[in-house]
Amino acid sequence: MTVKENPLDKYLRKEILPTTHCAGCGGGLVLNAFVRAIDDLKIPREAIIAVTGIGCSSWIPSPYLKVDTLHTTHGRPVAFATGVKVIQPEKKVVVIAGDGDLAGIGGNHLIHAARRNIGLSVFLVNNYIYGMTGGQVSATTPFGVITTTTPYTNPDHPLDIAGLVAVAGANYVARWTTFHMAPLINAMKHALQKNGCSFVEIVSQCPVSYGRRVEMRDGLAFMKHFKDNAVTVKQAMERSEEELEGKIVVGKLMERDRPEYSETLRRINEARNAEASSA
Amino acid sequence: MIEETEKTRRYLDGLSGKVRFFLGDEAAAYGALFAGCRFFGGYPITPASEVAETMARELPSVDGFFVQFEDEIGSIAAVIGASRAGAKSMTATSGPGFSLMQENIGYAVMTETPCVIVNVQRSGPSTGQATKPAQGDLYQARWGTHGDHEMIALSPNSVQECFDLIIDCFNLSERYRHPVIFLMDGEIGHLREKLVYPGRETVSLFQRGGADPADKPGLVRPMQEFGFGESIHITGSTHKENGMRDVTSRDVHEDLITRLYDKVDKNRENIVRFEERYMEDAEVAVVCYGATSRPALGAVKRAREEGIKAGYFRLITIWPFCERRMKEIGRQVKRILVPEMNLGQLAREIERFVGVPVHRVTKIGGVSHTVDEIYGALTGEAP
Repeated sequence: MTVKENPLDKYLRKEILPTTHCAGCGGGLVLNAFVRAIDDLKIPREAIIAVTGIGCSSWIPSPYLKVDTLHTTHGRPVAFATGVKVIQPEKKVVVIAGDGDLAGIGGNHLIHAARRNIGLSVFLVNNYIYGMTGGQVSATTPFGVITTTTPYTNPDHPLDIAGLVAVAGANYVARWTTFHMAPLINAMKHALQKNGCSFVEIVSQCPVSYGRRVEMRDGLAFMKHFKDNAVTVKQAMERSEEELEGKIVVGKLMERDRPEYSETLRRINEARNAEASSA
Repeated sequence: MIEETEKTRRYLDGLSGKVRFFLGDEAAAYGALFAGCRFFGGYPITPASEVAETMARELPSVDGFFVQFEDEIGSIAAVIGASRAGAKSMTATSGPGFSLMQENIGYAVMTETPCVIVNVQRSGPSTGQATKPAQGDLYQARWGTHGDHEMIALSPNSVQECFDLIIDCFNLSERYRHPVIFLMDGEIGHLREKLVYPGRETVSLFQRGGADPADKPGLVRPMQEFGFGESIHITGSTHKENGMRDVTSRDVHEDLITRLYDKVDKNRENIVRFEERYMEDAEVAVVCYGATSRPALGAVKRAREEGIKAGYFRLITIWPFCERRMKEIGRQVKRILVPEMNLGQLAREIERFVGVPVHRVTKIGGVSHTVDEIYGALTGEAP
């Protein structure tokens, strides 16, 4: 029997697989969905620049994805990526990072990237917890959950980060879970093709640092939870806020066509230069 | 690497040889344009805002890009990202913003990404006297970010030097693949005086990507940029020569950090710049930098007129420190006077290399020294 090469291997640094993610982690599913999305779109890996932050989800692309990779400081990947995109606007500049990076410490950069509508594809892997540091409460941890830093239950309410990015001005915003692989891949493809800032929140599982707090100790329990609690955007519109408590609203939350930032900067430069040469 | 277009050439050649009456901040911005800076990320702050305003106005003329960020953390992050993507890049700030940038300055050190950070120093700590000049960030420029690292910092004392020296900052940054701090002060940043644009042919620029023959220890690796299909992996974590993360090996960490440290330390003599006058037979040396050097020179000249053997020594490169020359001065003079707009930061560093008394002539509160004050300290008389 001959072992055929997986057609997706070309996107991976195969020599360092398997990943260091824990058993049952959603990180591998996200990596899988992403390479399928770029393969479906026939985007060569030379055309992609991946930017990540700090934490488990940043280890999804770094170093396993075989593309130019900028593994940055905690919370700042969107800001680093903005500098990259302005200089290389023809590239697909992709940010894959977690709720700690993008909803917590670096939330402000995400808001302003959406406001500028810089052409980044941002994939936020939301596992509701700081996993790498041992299970501390994050900005998306549900109210009332016990974590290592909320030993008497979480007094904070979780942030609807996708909703925030939608009102901040991004051209495309969607949310799916690692259970919804086909629509997730489609949303990633849409995000990669959409001009302007696009954002997909991927609700993912951390059986080790989060699941043990909420009686979901393996990946399968999370799959079932995502399946049972997902509510489409359309269904959600007919329900009250109370009825949606604990549910995960999936689907496209926003689509619009504001001008992309690096293109706007180039138009400003051209106009300025036309003015200067006619003066 | 961003190619220079015909239009950019025309714009810069058009300025060559012209004379302007400029702020130090404006001169620094134009110097950056001459040095090839094509990306500026920044956030408004007194007394550095004029650098950003000038860059915002002029960068389109050289096909460059200005982005005002949501904060200084985002500014320096984007500057590093843009540098990796192929543009010489810089930001400008003052104390509070410089504090916010420290983590990512360390990232630039660790990832060997060239960039220039202008810090127009103002009174601190915290908000301090926002509109008043100071020189209190000497050690922050050196040790602001965590961990073992070297640093390169240069400091101008005139508007012309704001222009000339920032070009050196870019060249050092590219040559050694290291962030470089342009340590201005509010007085020089907001000083208005004559600037003569040099002829473009006289400005030599270090082109990234090549080996540097002057790097004798051979510790600087050629710069790789994004976008060439090389699947470059850049990380602020400890990494091997191929860029791959390895955070558990003692050897990998020691090799990396030692090389990053040594590439500046062992090239110290190529980086250190200073100016000295009347030092040949000096018995007392006035050691200074930045705005303070101007009254210091006045005081030394007056002392010479009075027959006092005073010498003037101005640091242009603050970091790495001019250790060798300072040791020589320590052997030559009987005492050293250090006027500075802080409570004795430069004096403290000098004391590490000399055995003679080091007299602090400190002044804080946003008011610069007068010639009388420094002269008084030289002669032992109160001004």
